[in-house]
Amino acid sequence: MKFHRVSALVARHLYLYRRSLPRIMEIFYWPFLDLVIWGFITLYLAKYQPQVPGFVTFFLGALILWDMLFRSQQGITISFLEELWARNLMNLFASPLTPGEFLAATIAMSIFKVTCVSVVMGICAWLFYGYNVLVMGLWLLPFVFNLVITGWVIGVLTTSLIMRFGQEAEILAWSMVFLFQPISCVFYPLDVLPAWLQGIAWMNPAAHVFEGMRGVLSGGGSPVVHLAWAGGLNGALLIAMIALFYKTFAYCKREGSLVRVGE
Amino acid sequence: MTAPVLQATNLTKRFGEFVAVNDVSFTIRPGEILGLLGPNGAGKTTTMHMLLGLITPTSGSIHVFGMDLATQRERILQQVNFSSTYISMPMALTVEENLWVVARLYGMTDIARRVDDVVKKLEMEEFRRKITRKLSSGQMTRLTLAKAFLTEPKILFLDEPTASLDPDIAHKIRTLLKEERRSAGLSILYTSHNMREMEEMSDRIIFLQRGRIVAEGTAQEIVARFGQADLEDVFLKLARESR
Repeated sequence: MKFHRVSALVARHLYLYRRSLPRIMEIFYWPFLDLVIWGFITLYLAKYQPQVPGFVTFFLGALILWDMLFRSQQGITISFLEELWARNLMNLFASPLTPGEFLAATIAMSIFKVTCVSVVMGICAWLFYGYNVLVMGLWLLPFVFNLVITGWVIGVLTTSLIMRFGQEAEILAWSMVFLFQPISCVFYPLDVLPAWLQGIAWMNPAAHVFEGMRGVLSGGGSPVVHLAWAGGLNGALLIAMIALFYKTFAYCKREGSLVRVGE
Repeated sequence: MTAPVLQATNLTKRFGEFVAVNDVSFTIRPGEILGLLGPNGAGKTTTMHMLLGLITPTSGSIHVFGMDLATQRERILQQVNFSSTYISMPMALTVEENLWVVARLYGMTDIARRVDDVVKKLEMEEFRRKITRKLSSGQMTRLTLAKAFLTEPKILFLDEPTASLDPDIAHKIRTLLKEERRSAGLSILYTSHNMREMEEMSDRIIFLQRGRIVAEGTAQEIVARFGQADLEDVFLKLARESR
């Protein structure tokens, strides 16, 4: 893995943000809007449901963490789509750039986006609702770390599918993550799901993070078991998805579709 | 005799039942310009994509500087570049930004000087700070040529490099290519549908028809072999046969 090739690709993506309002909006505007709308809904519900303790804390905390996962996934998939839209994949893969370096660059972009979104949402939540995301204490770090990796898992999966099935599959870049949302138990506890769905949700690392988060916020104890599950599942799934990406890349080169994928 | 810089041996590419390239073998020698000629669908682009590692051959091998492309891809592609009228560059970046990204991708040093040199060489000063989206097709072609020259490759693959250029710029590009070949020993694989250009540029020509090599030699040798007046007549004869 050569750092200069990864940094070249990161620079290429950062150049885009210099003069592209839609791309800047993607980082700042949508997360901000999400927070405003869901923040007011949360305040409204909290007013009429005072029997649910810590309503605002649960809801806003979950919303911010979910957005981190979403932006982490987008960082990977949109970076790939940018190359597809620019019909630049041929230039990249006829250069010494390896698929691993390409993935590393998209992961770097994912970290960049998550950092920007976290700062924006954290500050806005504090300013508008007096909500301090740091209320989770040091547990916030492993929560975020695991959610970012789950975002990479979904991002690499989505990228592989778009590479395999072409531009007509690009809608997956925005929709795939929402397939995981119901079983991520973002806004409700795992035990409200039907028993058969609980088994599936248990295999989703994000569900463990949100369960752990609720445990910490309600003072219900250490989230270590959930974090161990999340970490283990994330490690296994990330390895599987990277293997899938390499397999799909080889398939596209065999079928000649790598040079046609953006057409 | 010097060793070839590129050796393609029994190269075959099948897409299902369709055979795009059929048992093709050829070499490129140091400093040689090899023309790849053939009607649309003859397998020129598929061959070029296999040589760039973008398509995996069904069978056969590609050796560049004695290294196998299947196992030494990174080392080989560091010394190779390509340009085509049909490729694009990121449209939202300026010409200069695109060149900087390419230079970084290939690990070049002293990038500012190299970018200046290539911009001067291809007479791109007036649009070097322009957003790529706003370039004319001729300017775009010069940008893709600039990205190919920038990395100082030892082998250059050029797919119809002058197709959208006016005669003056096209002539300058051809002169530049010949100069690079003379001064840096650059080897070039060249495709074009302009027969006069092919005759002018190529030391040797390979004629592909339905994925197979049907003729190989200098332009004069091929013309003589097919008993035609010029290369254009040979092309028309073979192209009509293949339809």
